[in-house]
This record gives sequence, structure tokens and C-alpha cells, in this order.
Amino acid sequence: MATVSADTPGFWNGTRRFARFLAGEMKPRGRLLTPFNVITVVIMATAAVILYVRFTRGLGSVTNLNQDVPWGLWIGFDVITGVAFAGGAYVLTFMVYILNQEKYHPIVRVTVLNGFLAYVFYAGALLLDLGRPWNVINPIIGNSFGVSSVLFLVAWHFLLYMTAELLEFAPAIAEWAGWPRLRRWLNRLTLGAVIFGITLSTLHQSGLGALYMMARDKVHPLWYSEFIPIMFFVSSIFAGLSMVIFEGSITHRVFHHRVGPDLERSHDSILRGLARICAGTLFVYLFMELIVFVHGQKWDYLATGWGAWYLLEVVGFVAVPSVLFLRGVARKSPRVIGTAAILTLVGIMLNRLNISVIAFKWYLPVRYVPTWQEIVVTLAVLSAEIWVFRWVVNRMPVLDDAHVRSGRLERVERASASAA
Amino acid sequence: MRRRSAVKTLALAAGSTLAGRNLAQARQPSHGNALAATAESRAILVDTTKCLGCRMCERACAESNGLPEPAKSIEPGKLRDTSETQFTVVNRYETENGPVNVKRQCMHCLQPACASACLTKAMLKTADGPVIWRGDKCMGCRFCMLSCPFDVPKFEYDSANPRIQKCSMCFDRLREGESPACVSGCPAKATVFGTRTEMLELGWSRIYHEPDKYVHHIYGEHEAGGTGLLYLASVPFDQLGFRTDLSRESYPTFTREFLYAVPFVLTMFPPFLFAVSRATAGYRQEDPEA
Repeated sequence: MATVSADTPGFWNGTRRFARFLAGEMKPRGRLLTPFNVITVVIMATAAVILYVRFTRGLGSVTNLNQDVPWGLWIGFDVITGVAFAGGAYVLTFMVYILNQEKYHPIVRVTVLNGFLAYVFYAGALLLDLGRPWNVINPIIGNSFGVSSVLFLVAWHFLLYMTAELLEFAPAIAEWAGWPRLRRWLNRLTLGAVIFGITLSTLHQSGLGALYMMARDKVHPLWYSEFIPIMFFVSSIFAGLSMVIFEGSITHRVFHHRVGPDLERSHDSILRGLARICAGTLFVYLFMELIVFVHGQKWDYLATGWGAWYLLEVVGFVAVPSVLFLRGVARKSPRVIGTAAILTLVGIMLNRLNISVIAFKWYLPVRYVPTWQEIVVTLAVLSAEIWVFRWVVNRMPVLDDAHVRSGRLERVERASASAA
Repeated sequence: MRRRSAVKTLALAAGSTLAGRNLAQARQPSHGNALAATAESRAILVDTTKCLGCRMCERACAESNGLPEPAKSIEPGKLRDTSETQFTVVNRYETENGPVNVKRQCMHCLQPACASACLTKAMLKTADGPVIWRGDKCMGCRFCMLSCPFDVPKFEYDSANPRIQKCSMCFDRLREGESPACVSGCPAKATVFGTRTEMLELGWSRIYHEPDKYVHHIYGEHEAGGTGLLYLASVPFDQLGFRTDLSRESYPTFTREFLYAVPFVLTMFPPFLFAVSRATAGYRQEDPEA
């Protein structure tokens, strides 16, 4: 705040001016009565009613969760799948800030924004699932640290990672609000935030898998192995990048007016680069699946219905997209790459849901199937995220790449100054 | 400028190291720790050959815990599970040796999965043996239910202020020097309460005295790393609804390796990433145009 007041005649003057600016920015842009808006508003309104019932009458009133299945769609999809999908942010920041691959710089901001919002909304969805959410602060404030719990680690990492991603995105907010001095200061924090964020991601992406280590007798042997944490980490790389490809192709069309010239020019080349990484990591993952399968002597399970379901996941949604990505690169076809990305995302969804919901307690006579209320709330979380994303992209310099060029110029100047 | 960012990175790494040390310290057994269990911890020996199936224990449990009275008559042949309103149940199994009655409740593991899964220490292994739940800590995430190999913790799904419910081995009665309600209420003396060492000695002496009557296995001696509920039976335990495929290692050991890796990753990654970022920085300067 001190930085702001220094730029303006007076602190209160500045605050008032910013409040007016914010009020202006809150106004919707574009047509309000689009099919997307109408549908999502209906979904979110319905979800609000469902959540009112859930918080007054308990989880049992709107979900099919029971004593045998304590975690359902809200955890299995919103949190466990959603976080894998949000992995693109740490992979891309690694490539741009650690490996200094400038080519990918124009898509960093939009990816970090997506990652940040995904964590905010999906970790937020976790609160809906907590039976006693008023105690959610307990593992944070230190009156009862359950440090032997993987969930303790995951909870802390969610919190810290959200902070790191907010710091990574903060320069865009400062640019939008017109705070150049704050922006310069925030820019200096970026590398630290990136390093911290990648470290945290490595641990909590794998940590989500480690949650199931003690449920080893409950997850079907085809999906359970002691390597789940490593598999979760490796798969979060191509899950995140496939999401970047998928979202990128949509964003590119919907927000075309916001896309800067650099990104416009390099978009296809970026796409092919990401596709190559996806193909490579998918292949690594496939090979790991194979080793775990052979090492665990799981041949006998293949002849069962679960075996067919497993093969569908591993062949149809890991092996096939891996090959498709390579073909897309060879043919320079964004459409083939897009298809491969969608197949990969379906595969990740299958994998995460298999471990957390579908093949969890596969031996039960009565299976858990989510209620329509659980599905509506999940869709509402997704809708709310898209609304916020749209609001930000339409106002802040996210897809616009002027910051990349000016940042590059700053660095070059700094480098030549230190050389001289 | 460059030096300052180096300092920042080092500070981050140092912070991570501290976090790691806390983790390691927390694993030392101490009073009230999730992983603490001594030979003096209490246990219940259940001799299923003596159980009449009268279900007096169910009634005593309900009375002592303020739970609704268990149903007077139960459908024959139907196997019941413990629930959020009933912490112990007696089921009758038809076996090769005729009907056998089995009382089930929380197993009070020596190193409970539920307690090590709990991120707020709401689920706690007390030094006396009982595994208890504390409502002021619990945030209702139900990770204990997911982790428990015996599926014991139950959740009040129909409440806006839900609790995790399960047998506490009558923790409050124990502190006043009494036995658990179900043990006191058993007319057939099918359940015995004492230190775990005593209960194991008693169990094995019964097996040795009547080697033809019992299977030579005390369920709970090694299952899930050892439990506070110990079972004697005349037929193999898989015929009595027990999971016999459980590990002999305690369940917290399955996440230990992962948790040990955490401080290493937190300490090694930041300096490494920072070094790589400096080492590759040259590319930027070669690309000044555009």
C-alpha cells in the first residue's frame, strides 16, 4: 500500500480512485444473455440451494456417501482429478523460469492463472465436503499438528502453493491496477515463488496418491501399487500440459481479441513443443505402468471385467494419445494434437476416479454412484471458476504479451549494464 | 540484484529444512503420540468359543455411551456392521464347527492407521491403549475412515454437526479404574480385559491347554501391526468375517517412506532449481530481438 500512496497525491485519494476503477471493472462486458451464461447461472443457483440443504441437514441429505465410501465425487473429481489438471502451471514455470525457454513465455500467465483458480476453487470444493469445516483452521494454526498425516502435508501445500501462484500472477494484477512500482517489486519475487511452487507441486501431486497408501487393501490391485505417488507425479505432467493445450485452443478462439501478436505467431509452435513433452511423459508413464503390472504379477486380473476396464484406461487413454501426440507433431496438425490432449484428459480422469471411486472397494455388493446433486455442485464449481477466469482474462494483461517483451528488454538492459 | 535473489532462495531452502526437522521429530514416540504404544497398553481378549451370542455387551455399550438401545430381535443369518449408533455388534457365523458368535468393535491398533491419517490429531492413540476421537480437533475429512483397515470409524451423515463415532474402549471408565462396559456386562466371561501382554499370555495358555479346541492363532497379535482387541476361535478366522489378507506391518509404515522423502525434496529441490535457472540464463541474452 505504501507503494501506491507514494504514486498518488494522497492515500485516501488513491484508495477512492482505485475503488472507482474496480467498480467500473466489475461491470460485465459483452452480451449477458448467452447460452453459456444462462446454463451456468441455472447450475450455480441450483447448487446454492443444494449447498444450503447440505449445510443444514448434513452430507447424507444430498450425497450418496456412506460408511463404506467416505470420499466420493467431490474429492475424487474436484480435488484429486482437478489438481492433476492444474499441473500445467508448475511444468510451464519450470520450462520458462528454470530452463529459460523463452518460447513458452507468452502462455505462462494464462496457465498460472488457470492453475491458481483451479486450486482456489477445487480446494474450496474440499470445504464443502468437510463435515466440520469450522475446524479447518486447526492443522494450520498449530494447536494440533497431525504431522504423521499425508493429508496434513497436502493441506499445507495447497495453502502455500496458492500463495506461490498468486505471487507468480501478481505482476499482472499490478499492471492492470496501474501500480508500476509494486509490479517491479513483485517481478523480483517471481523466481523465488516459481522455485517454491515447483518444489511444493512435486510433493503434493505425489501426495494425493500417497493418500491411498493406507487404503492398500481397498483399492483394486490393478490400480494399487506402492508406486502410486510417483505415478501421480509423472501423470500430472502430461495431465497439466494436456489441459494447457485443451484450454489454450478454447481460450484462443473465445478470447481472440485479447491475444497478443507474439502468442498469435508462436501459438502453433508452442503447441507442438507441449505435444512432444506430453508424448514423452506419456511413454514414460506407460512404461512405469507396465513395470508395476509385471512386477506385481497381476496377469490373472486381466481376464476379469476389471482387467478389461484397466486395459481400456492404459491402452486407450495412455498408449493411444502418446502415439497421437507424435503424429500431431509430425503432421503439424493442431487438430490431432487437440484430440490427443482430450484423450489424455479422459485417461487421467479415469485413472484418478478409478483409484478414488470406481475401483475403490471394488468388492462391495452395492456400489457408490454420485447423486445428481453431487454432479450439479461439481459443475457449479467449474462454472464459477470459468466465470472468474473470463472476468480476469477480459480485464488483466493475461493473453496480451507486452509484458513478455518489456520483461525481456528489462533483462537485456540489466545484463548489458552488468557486463559493462 | 542477483545476490539478493540468491539470498531469497537460500532462505526458502532453510525454511524447508526446518519444516523437515519438525517432521522427523514428530515421529519420536512420546506420551499421547499417534504411534505410541507400550507393553502396558490395555487390551481385550475375546474368546469366541465362550460367546453365547446373548448380546448383553451390545446393550451395556449402548447404555454406557448413551446410544439408542439395540434392536431386541435380529434377523437370523443377517450380518450386521457397527454403525454411528452402535459401537459393538455380535454376529453369528455358520462354520464347519457349527455356529460361532463374534463380537466386533474398534480394534484399537497399536499403531492405528486412523490416528496417523488424522491431520488434526483428533483421532488419538492414548498411552493406555484406547484410540479416541476429539470433536474440538476434527474437521470431518473422513480420511480416518478411508485409512482404517477394519472400516471402524463411522460418520454421522445425517447431521449438520457430524461426529466420527466408534468404540473408545470406554476411555472414561478406564480412567476411573473400571473395565470397558461390554467386558463388565458379559455374563459368559467371553471377554477379558487387562494389559496386552497379559491378554496374549492368557490367550496362548488357553490354546496350549486345549490345542484341539482352538486354531493356533490369536487374531490381532500381528494383524495390522498388532491390535488391542485379541481374538481366539475354534475355526479359521476367514470363516468368521475377519480380513485375513491384512499386512503384519502397521499401516502407518506404508506412508512413512513418502513422508521421509518430504524433507529431502524440500531441501534439495530449491537450490537445484535455482542453480539450473542461473546456469541456463544465457539463452535469454542471446535472444534480445522481438
